[in-house]
Amino acid sequence: MQVIQVIINGILLGGIYALLGVGMTMMFGIVKLTNLAHGEFVIIGAYLSTILASALGVDPILTIIVTVPIMFLVGMGLQAGLINRVMKIGSEPALLVTFGLSIILADAMLLVFSADAQRANVPYNTASIKIANGLNISTLDLIVFGISLATIVVLSVFLKKTFLGRSIRATSDDLEAASLMGVNVNRTYAIAMGIAMATAAIAGMCVSMKWVFYPSSGGNYLLTAFGVVVIGGMGSIPGTMIAGLILGLAQVIGGANYGQLIAYVLMVLFLAVRPQGLFSK
Amino acid sequence: MSEPMLKIEGVQAKYGDFIAVADASLEVPEGKIVSLIGSNGAGKSTLMSTVAGLHKPSAGKIYFKGEDITGLSADKIVTRGLSLVLQGSHCFVRMTVEDNLIMGCFPKHVRKQTKDSLERIYDLFPVLKEKRNDLAGSLSGGQRHMVAIGRALMSNPEMVLFDEVSLGLAPNTIKGIYSRIKEIHKQGTTILLVEQDTHRAIKTAEIVDVMLKGKVVLTGSPKELSEDEIKKAYFGI
Repeated sequence: MQVIQVIINGILLGGIYALLGVGMTMMFGIVKLTNLAHGEFVIIGAYLSTILASALGVDPILTIIVTVPIMFLVGMGLQAGLINRVMKIGSEPALLVTFGLSIILADAMLLVFSADAQRANVPYNTASIKIANGLNISTLDLIVFGISLATIVVLSVFLKKTFLGRSIRATSDDLEAASLMGVNVNRTYAIAMGIAMATAAIAGMCVSMKWVFYPSSGGNYLLTAFGVVVIGGMGSIPGTMIAGLILGLAQVIGGANYGQLIAYVLMVLFLAVRPQGLFSK
Repeated sequence: MSEPMLKIEGVQAKYGDFIAVADASLEVPEGKIVSLIGSNGAGKSTLMSTVAGLHKPSAGKIYFKGEDITGLSADKIVTRGLSLVLQGSHCFVRMTVEDNLIMGCFPKHVRKQTKDSLERIYDLFPVLKEKRNDLAGSLSGGQRHMVAIGRALMSNPEMVLFDEVSLGLAPNTIKGIYSRIKEIHKQGTTILLVEQDTHRAIKTAEIVDVMLKGKVVLTGSPKELSEDEIKKAYFGI
């Protein structure tokens, strides 16, 4: 029974890991950009959700109605106004810009929110559902997993079934051919960053409910997102889900002492043996 | 005489300091099929990329249907009814054949016609209908060319530029693709065909342009031009 509990916990944890990585994998796959500020975007999402939920007296989940559009627009503006310009010089300067951005954002959050720990309060924080003797599922984990899965499914359907989604995939495949089809590549990049930030807003909301966070927490989530991207394959949305589950299981099986270590060893192994990840071709 | 559909006037295109197209001028009358031939490195593909908006010209003017399109980006030019089929097919290899074709209807004003255009392209290339759910990356070279051509035709362009569609294909496949190009032309589409296969280009075209060292050095109908004249222009002798 204990083994099943561990597996359930690992899978549920994997959901949020996948959500943390999905925005990053989009940027890798489509814009070919390593966004080192992704962790800070997640933490900004966490702060926005916590503040809004507390000010309006609503469940943090409802805050994504506001945070997702805001983060989407900010992402589009950031890509169109800054990163697209730098990318004309090359991918390395763009990488450095995102690194600088991560430092600026972390420091700005420290100034605005102080170094105090934050966490969104939800009534189902400690609630659980008993499914068998000695087998419980945390209500919060289940909700977070559902949100993660729903986000990834919606994103996959959007990319597969809509004109805009197809244009994003086409740009990732062949930039010149995409522009010959009428795709404005710079606008597509801006939309991709907008989507990445929108997913970071949702991930941040989940983080704020599940864990304590600080202005400096972005680095940890960036590493998790990296792990997901490396294992799942750059640009692969289904790969993101599977990689999230693998990392989640590794983390839970390894426990507090070895969880992180196993996750990073896995990441290094994938880089050495299958650097394209599980699903990327 | 009516205005040509495409008019290129003294276009120059560079890669850094290297001048790929020096001073190219040519005209493509409406409804005609024009072949642009020339040896490797003559600047044909760069000229096509420049006309389609993938490459910015450093000098000269390009007019399409009488409007100045010089320096416009590719995504804007295609909405005006000018499509380019790139050399080497350039399919979206991780997308299905049908998704590749649907991308041809990406410009907003043609999205409504997606279903009809798909049927039209499947009639033109029946094999693509059979393979509609396969990834483009899993197709043979010839089939990929068909996808690229079909995709360019989805938006019903008034003019199509074909950049060396025969490159790397088996003779039978080339024959099949050329018969489709003639069919497309019969339906009223103006065509500019870039080819290295001189014989095929001359046989197909109503007007032949020969390019040498970045310039168009000879123009005429295949009937007017002698084989010797074309050879001399082609090799610069």
